[in-house]
Amino acid sequence: MTEQQLKQFTAGTSLWQDAWLRLRKNHLALFGLLVLVTMVIIAILTPWIAPYGYEEQNLILGASPPSAEHWLGTDIFGRDMLTRIFYGGRVSLMVGFIATGVALLIGVLWGTIAGYLGGRVDMVMMRLVDILYALPFMIFIILLMVVFGRNILLLFLAIGAVEWLTMARIVRGQVQNLRKQEFVEAAYSLGLSRWTIIRRHLIPNTLGPVIVYTTLTIPSVMLLEAFLSFLGLGIQPPQSSWGLLINYGVETMEEYPWLLIFPGLALSITLFALNFLGDGLRDALDPKASKD
Amino acid sequence: MSKFIFSRLLQAIPVLLVVVTATFFLVRAAPGGPFSEEKAVPPEVLKALELKYNLNLPVWQQYTHYLGDLLRGDFGPSFKYPGRSVNELIASGFPATAELGFYALLVAILIGSCAGVFAALKPNSPQDYIPMSAAMLGICMPSFLMGPLLVLIFGIWLDWLPISGWGDIPGDKILPAITLGSGYAAYIARLSRGGMLEVMSQDYIRTARAKGLPERVVVLKHALRGGLIPVVAFLGPAFAGLLSGSFVVETIFQIPGLGRFFVQAAFNRDYTMVMGSTVFFATLIVLFNLLSDVIAVWINPRLRSQVQGG
Repeated sequence: MTEQQLKQFTAGTSLWQDAWLRLRKNHLALFGLLVLVTMVIIAILTPWIAPYGYEEQNLILGASPPSAEHWLGTDIFGRDMLTRIFYGGRVSLMVGFIATGVALLIGVLWGTIAGYLGGRVDMVMMRLVDILYALPFMIFIILLMVVFGRNILLLFLAIGAVEWLTMARIVRGQVQNLRKQEFVEAAYSLGLSRWTIIRRHLIPNTLGPVIVYTTLTIPSVMLLEAFLSFLGLGIQPPQSSWGLLINYGVETMEEYPWLLIFPGLALSITLFALNFLGDGLRDALDPKASKD
Repeated sequence: MSKFIFSRLLQAIPVLLVVVTATFFLVRAAPGGPFSEEKAVPPEVLKALELKYNLNLPVWQQYTHYLGDLLRGDFGPSFKYPGRSVNELIASGFPATAELGFYALLVAILIGSCAGVFAALKPNSPQDYIPMSAAMLGICMPSFLMGPLLVLIFGIWLDWLPISGWGDIPGDKILPAITLGSGYAAYIARLSRGGMLEVMSQDYIRTARAKGLPERVVVLKHALRGGLIPVVAFLGPAFAGLLSGSFVVETIFQIPGLGRFFVQAAFNRDYTMVMGSTVFFATLIVLFNLLSDVIAVWINPRLRSQVQGG
């Protein structure tokens, strides 16, 4: 047996390889991943690949059904719907990713600190999470938008501030289990500082459930943004998002149903993809977690 | 059990206090200040506000006065409608919202748990995949998309059902209830499927089968009670979602409910109305969470003995 063969034989599979193998068998999840990657690439490349300019109007044409020139039709100002959906997707996806990022950062730090320190600090921190959990945040976000104006940055923060709670709970549970294990004790006896232990040993080990929950948070954040934009309390024109496009589509759906159907499809397909990917990742990374 | 309910009631107090405090100071922090004089507010409203919130007093005294008023169930005058109080506005909008929420919850529970139980009886078969794919569709199809599409299909193209109003034409409550309920039906279907699958693999189900009970009795009498526990725990959060869902559904179908008033108030910057409804909604949600916790303990003997023991 050559050395290389031996290496292959004894190497085994890491957690990530194992998870990837399992994910690869889940066709729905792979499909979700593919759709998501496509959407992200389109969103990034939009200024270069959009068939028309964002502000480009054609008042003579007006609202027209899908055609060879305008694949998804045009709205009442003669603006190309495909272009509008591309640009709207940029905002929707950006809100989804950035707000989830905010939630991720707060949630992981909060949960890790509470779980690692334990005792009274943990109790106070988690009690706070419990109280915040019981708050009707949807209503508070609306209140926030009313009081401080409809600001996209505020929207990121507000949504992020809502979504970190579950993340904190999940991470805390994980860390509580981990900190009792020998490798953390070993790290401690080697004289590593608390912060290093948290950063190097605890957070990486909570990644599995965190990734799963992150994938499931993005669609709920996007839904929240679309919900607010639909009510006219989220993204403001001239910016656009799928929620806002749906809102406009509803106003004229009787005459021009494609203005409602296409942005609706874009949002639904993305949410579908993210949910399937999240479910698939959960099965792959966290086989013990129950599938609700 | 009463001790449990009491302790949960005690826990609700800090939550409500946070709600009220956050609401009050958020609105106070509004740029320009909602109560500041340079705003174009009808003079009689300004007068009523000054009287109500003692605007000449320091902020913390205004706050304590506000708390006192709330304890007496007084939400103050409306900012935009002179002569009307927030209480009146809430009282005129709430019945429609409550009715809509009730029907939607009925739709959600009936369709959701039936689909979930049905799917769990034959996992990984078409009987499982079809309802569960429909549930996924329901989750990914937000109410503000589902509603207009239903209107378009059943209201406009097929012309079967009225597309707006509330209690004016027979049948005008069907589409709003389905729109609001369908998303929750989907969640409940997934939850009850999961719950049933877990219960059906337990020993006591095997025992029930072993003693020769027909499958119908095993499912309906033995499994259902345990299998639906996750659904009951979901009802609290679902209620909160139904309330915020009512903002959208009432706007789409032009239902004169509290949700629509709230959104309009948010648009008109009717600060006192927004404040009042926020506190009102929050109280409802907290109470409903409490109720769903109590029911969850009540139907689950294991939790019940834990509560009584501890």
